[in-house]
Amino acid sequence: MAKNTLIVFSGDLDRAMAAMIIANGSAAMGNEVTMFYTFWGLNLLRKPEKVKVEKTFMDKMFGRMMPRGPEKAKLSKMHMGGMGTRMMKNTMTKKNVQTLPQLMESAQALGVKMVACTMSMDVMGITKEELIDDIEYAGVASYLAEADEGNVNLFV
Amino acid sequence: MMAEFNIDCKGMQCPGPIVEVFKKINSMESGDVLHIEVSDHGFHSDIQAWCGKTGNELVKLEDNGDMIAASIRKA
Repeated sequence: MAKNTLIVFSGDLDRAMAAMIIANGSAAMGNEVTMFYTFWGLNLLRKPEKVKVEKTFMDKMFGRMMPRGPEKAKLSKMHMGGMGTRMMKNTMTKKNVQTLPQLMESAQALGVKMVACTMSMDVMGITKEELIDDIEYAGVASYLAEADEGNVNLFV
Repeated sequence: MMAEFNIDCKGMQCPGPIVEVFKKINSMESGDVLHIEVSDHGFHSDIQAWCGKTGNELVKLEDNGDMIAASIRKA
């Protein structure tokens, strides 16, 4: 079985969708897929609702300023204060493109492994309680170990 | 006993059809045939790549301009 790894660094809607489409496609090709979520990408793994956790002032501020979950992701270009992203989402729905949350759900159902970078979690003050279920937690060595065995390794 | 199955992926966008094929084939027995109809043009190339990679046999591939019909025999 071939192995693919993706680093999801960006939390942008368009980039995240590209990553998710590749992950779903790869899993459907029978590959073992691992996605490492780091930095802004980590926000895609956040639960959409507010979770009560004890935090420092800085961590609280970070948490408040960053989007919670894939529903809140913005386009990397033409966001235009939300109008562009809204228009793009409408167009995609009309043209039957799966939404980002749907793609993430589908990927998890196909067995795509989602891994949250613990260093990014610490920097951004995001706790396990705030992230979705059925994900793993790891650091760079785990990524490298998997990437070594992988024949497709992407940074998105 | 060989069985035949149909799935309709008309209107579905990438990677929908390939994911549906994968899920359906997984539930089938070796030798069974899956017939699928897809409107996404990329599928014509994708299903050939998918069969090549997964070792399942593409027994039919037709493209009438708006619709692609494929049949796959499970390895």
